[in-house]
Amino acid sequence: METLINFLPSIIIIFTMFVVTLLIALYSTYGERKVAAFLQDRIGPNRAGPWGLLQPFADGVKMFTKEEIIPDSANKFLFILGPSIAMICCLMTSVVLPWGGELTLFGKTFYLQAVDLNIGVLYVFAVVSVSVYGIMIGGWASNNKWSLMGAIRGSSQIISYELSMGLSIIALVLMTGSLSFRDIVNQQHGGILHWNFLMQPLSFLIFLICAFAECNRSPFDLPECETELVGGFHTEYSSMKLGFYLFSEYINMFISSAVISALFFGGFNFPGMDWLLETTHSTNIVTMVGVGAYFMKIFFFIFFFMWVRWTIPRFRYDQLMNLGWKTLIPLALVNLAVMAIIEMFKHQHAFGF
Amino acid sequence: MIASVFYFLSFVSIFFAVMVVVSKNPVHSVLYLILTFFSIAGHYLLLNAQFLALVHIVVYAGAIMVLFLFVIMLLNLNAATEPVKSSLMKFAGAIAGGSLMLVLIAVLSKINSIQPAHEVNTQIGLIKNLGKILFTEYNLPFEVASILFLVAMIGTVILAKKNPHTS
Repeated sequence: METLINFLPSIIIIFTMFVVTLLIALYSTYGERKVAAFLQDRIGPNRAGPWGLLQPFADGVKMFTKEEIIPDSANKFLFILGPSIAMICCLMTSVVLPWGGELTLFGKTFYLQAVDLNIGVLYVFAVVSVSVYGIMIGGWASNNKWSLMGAIRGSSQIISYELSMGLSIIALVLMTGSLSFRDIVNQQHGGILHWNFLMQPLSFLIFLICAFAECNRSPFDLPECETELVGGFHTEYSSMKLGFYLFSEYINMFISSAVISALFFGGFNFPGMDWLLETTHSTNIVTMVGVGAYFMKIFFFIFFFMWVRWTIPRFRYDQLMNLGWKTLIPLALVNLAVMAIIEMFKHQHAFGF
Repeated sequence: MIASVFYFLSFVSIFFAVMVVVSKNPVHSVLYLILTFFSIAGHYLLLNAQFLALVHIVVYAGAIMVLFLFVIMLLNLNAATEPVKSSLMKFAGAIAGGSLMLVLIAVLSKINSIQPAHEVNTQIGLIKNLGKILFTEYNLPFEVASILFLVAMIGTVILAKKNPHTS
């Protein structure tokens, strides 16, 4: 019983975040269509409910009730496994993210974070690197050459960009000295000047570009490039299986925005945090405002993802590979070397000179 | 509790490892191998080596096996293209594998009487302790391994690069 009570906050946070993630992903589809409409001088969805707010639910009902077709020549088990892996992997990441600071309820103090893993950043990497199987298995099991091409494109793209993403994170970890999300966020306490994107602009830029590639978002959405590959890796998918693939893309976008905000934009820290604590003397209020600030940052980055999608045209595949291997990796290596030298001078006493 | 988790993980890893060898479809073999790696990562977690477990998943399940799968999918292997192995090869393989198993059983049957040479630090698998010991006590082997990786990387680039004189 005692252990159950100790785990209760974590369980509640996991369930809350599960629901919140799904809701945000649901309304990201609506947001995407509205942003696209705005950028293209259209109105966008406006029929279902006020301002079209019920559109995502209408889409969901449509997806669920459509006829489900599994191709005759497809490997049935793997065909179903593909979208399942995509969905499971993108929902697993939110466990290690810190959604807020301390909260005191019923005389108990706990953090708004399900698990504070001391290797949280690495955990996110592991989940991301496994999520590529969703695309690969689904594309291969469809037994369709367009799907296979899309799957192979997707996996090689994700592997290539994972390298520079990892290198940019190593530079950040070198500075923070920790792989735990809570430590990294807490170190950015004390105003915008302490946020990591000012200390590590190059790391931030590389990480942002790689995040676009990892999410298969435009301008790097080559795995589903419809002008070349019909529908990419999900050509053969219909009904809710297709829905899961599309939905996982939006969840990935949300998680990427959350990771970027936590690593580079201070997470739940906001300007005037100490001032608010002094005037209200309540950590609960500060924490709740912090959660709000964190979600504002996340929503900004989700908007940024959409903004870029409807602004920049798609890359050609060789351009994508050149950018990844010949530009971003050398840049990330130079960034890492420079950071290492700076850190060495900062900690001179530890080296004895 | 821990023991039953250990037995479950061991059963799962051995079962999937056998399935890697038994399954006819090469893509299925690779997928079973991925599951084997996951269960081995679970063993690392039982040993309180979280860092090793996650690195194992990132490197093996996340990178190396993706490349395996990649190549096998591109080759499009099926029963028609499967190379025919002579029965002599199968016989030799069975003898070699069988004698290896015999030696392993002979060694491992005495495992209960073996004591660890010195006190085992159960916290060594945590990233902080692991980093400290790698850069102090085991600095030389660590650096040598790094140089080995660098040489391998440069070697790959040179091998993959087309020779301008021959082409």
